[in-house]
Amino acid sequence: MIEVKNVSKWYGAFHVLKDCSTSVAKGQVVVICGPSGSGKSTLIKCVNGLEPFQKGAITVNDISVGDKATNLSQLRSRVGMVFQNFELFPHMSVIRNIMLAQIKVLGRSEAEAEERAMKLLTRVGLVDQAAKYPAQLSGGQQQRVAIARALAMDPFAMLFDEPTSALDPEMINEVLDVMVALAEDGMTMMVVTHEMGFAKKVADRIIFMDEGHIVEDATTEEFFGTPRSERAQMFLSKILSH
Amino acid sequence: MNYRWDWGILLKDPYFSWIASGFGWTCAVAILAWIIALSLGSVIGVMRTLPHPVPRAIGTAYVELFRNIPLLVQLFLWYFVVPEVLPREAGMFLKRGLPMPEFWTAVVCLGFYTGARVAEQVRAGINAIRSGQRQAALAMGLTLTQVYRYVLVPVSYRIIIPPLTSDFLGVFKNSSLALTIGVAELTARSRQIEEYTFQGIEAFATATVLYSVVTFAVMALMHMTEKRTRIPGLISLEAK
Amino acid sequence: MFGGIDYGVVERALPLLWQGMLFTLQLTGLSICGGVFFGTILALMRLSSFRSVSFFAASYVNFFRSLPLILVIFWFYFLVPKLLGRPIGGFYSVLIAFVMFEAAYYCEIIRAGIQSVTRTQVHAGYALGLTYGQTMRLIILPQAFRNMLPVLLTQSIIMFQDTSLVYVVGLKDFLTTADLISNRDNRPVELFVFAAIVYFIICLIGSNSARRLQRKYTI
Repeated sequence: MIEVKNVSKWYGAFHVLKDCSTSVAKGQVVVICGPSGSGKSTLIKCVNGLEPFQKGAITVNDISVGDKATNLSQLRSRVGMVFQNFELFPHMSVIRNIMLAQIKVLGRSEAEAEERAMKLLTRVGLVDQAAKYPAQLSGGQQQRVAIARALAMDPFAMLFDEPTSALDPEMINEVLDVMVALAEDGMTMMVVTHEMGFAKKVADRIIFMDEGHIVEDATTEEFFGTPRSERAQMFLSKILSH
Repeated sequence: MNYRWDWGILLKDPYFSWIASGFGWTCAVAILAWIIALSLGSVIGVMRTLPHPVPRAIGTAYVELFRNIPLLVQLFLWYFVVPEVLPREAGMFLKRGLPMPEFWTAVVCLGFYTGARVAEQVRAGINAIRSGQRQAALAMGLTLTQVYRYVLVPVSYRIIIPPLTSDFLGVFKNSSLALTIGVAELTARSRQIEEYTFQGIEAFATATVLYSVVTFAVMALMHMTEKRTRIPGLISLEAK
Repeated sequence: MFGGIDYGVVERALPLLWQGMLFTLQLTGLSICGGVFFGTILALMRLSSFRSVSFFAASYVNFFRSLPLILVIFWFYFLVPKLLGRPIGGFYSVLIAFVMFEAAYYCEIIRAGIQSVTRTQVHAGYALGLTYGQTMRLIILPQAFRNMLPVLLTQSIIMFQDTSLVYVVGLKDFLTTADLISNRDNRPVELFVFAAIVYFIICLIGSNSARRLQRKYTI
């Protein structure tokens, strides 16, 4: 479903992504990990075209992301994305946040959009917060709303960019629970995260990145059994030791 | 200091009606110029935040041009120079055909000048919004236009209410420059009373009080608007 | 209607225009010095813990900021000779008007500059055993000055532009001189465009250096 082929990207002279290739099949959950600055966030932002790349090709459902002729808005509307800092729109109530793109992009009616939004809020356990504004919610609640907002577009894949790293520890699980449920429902997911417990539980594959390279791309069992590279071993021992 | 006080002069005709009509012209110039400034400034300000370099450059050029020439010089350019360098018919229209040419020149000049300031505020407001907001909106499939319309512009306007208010007060005060091309606004009228009656203190004090009162009223109105449009739970928007 | 552009008009007017520019620069320079001086005093007063002192300074600032500069120029042009009982020439009346007016604007910049230095810096100074005076002079003011330098420069450019308003009382600054010559020779296009270009170049250089300073000092 998602194909990444020999992608390279530079910020000026800085080489962020170096010849990255991987793929995610329908219904697969792939976790991307690695030290900070390794290019993992940049990689998933390339998948929905938020970050342009200079070399290689990415296709999502056989649509080429880098192609100038591609209607990026249309593509993005079917690839959900969840951000580290939630990025709910502060001037809209929770329910309006979920309704906005349904109405403006998918052309749903107010009533349809509202119904869908309420269903999703029920699913993430926040139906009683619908009328509140984002800043009145806790971080964990905001992130669950953000997931609901992405799901409202009926995406065929979801991208998560460090969805729990801006959260206080006690809120991490409420978000992970929602994500586990999604994975079990068969959603195609690319998740940048350091939550190795989550990875073990639901991931089909783990990608380990370092300095812009995809160093390791293995099934979850292989990765946690014996990572082939030394760098991945070091990373794992640091992450798992606490 | 020997000075013959005569506050009663302000109630005598024609001086009272001079002040009243002067105040009216001041408000008319300021409000019309503000409408131009706000619309033009919003467009230019947004242009300066777009990803494409051409609109950015146009926006920057506009702001630099209008900010780095004194307002009075700009007024003279609009009034004396523009009608001469335009094609003959257009120039004649500005000089002869247009009713109240001084008034409209002042309005347009102030509007363009203040537009550059408004543009700077709008740009600063949009840039103060974390870049993640733009990305999140794009990631949902909104087009760039929709991202601006539903997310960036509404949020930024809330942030820049205070500086925009001071720009409005700026236009209100700067409308006094219109007297140099013959618009009989408030300052011009108070000067005129001083020249006719030598009661300068009374005349200037009246104008002073009117300007101050309007300023304080507008400030009070701003605080009310700011409170009404405040986003619940939000203390300040993080910088990116 | 006009027949062509006559560059010679501007060339012949250069000596007079130069006189006007000297007047403008002189007025700008003196007004900046006076404005910053009184502005600093006002800023310290606004930050004073004595309520009445800070209230007075705040009222002064808010009052002057609510008025158009032209009206302030008229006030002082009219009032100063009356108060002194003798004419002292337009230049001094206008200079006083500019200093009083600009002090209100400089005050706010300087106050913001001082406040931009965190309070813990003051505590850190005290903790090292420095006195109030030493803390201000060695720690707070140098940082404050750095922070406000670009804005001070920007305000001074605005002030330079504002001096053109002496036109309303007929003092022969750069713009008024250009206006007089344009009337004499009936050549408004050449003279006003030339004046605009000169102002533009000077202000552009000024605002670009303000921006460079800003970038240099924001760390």
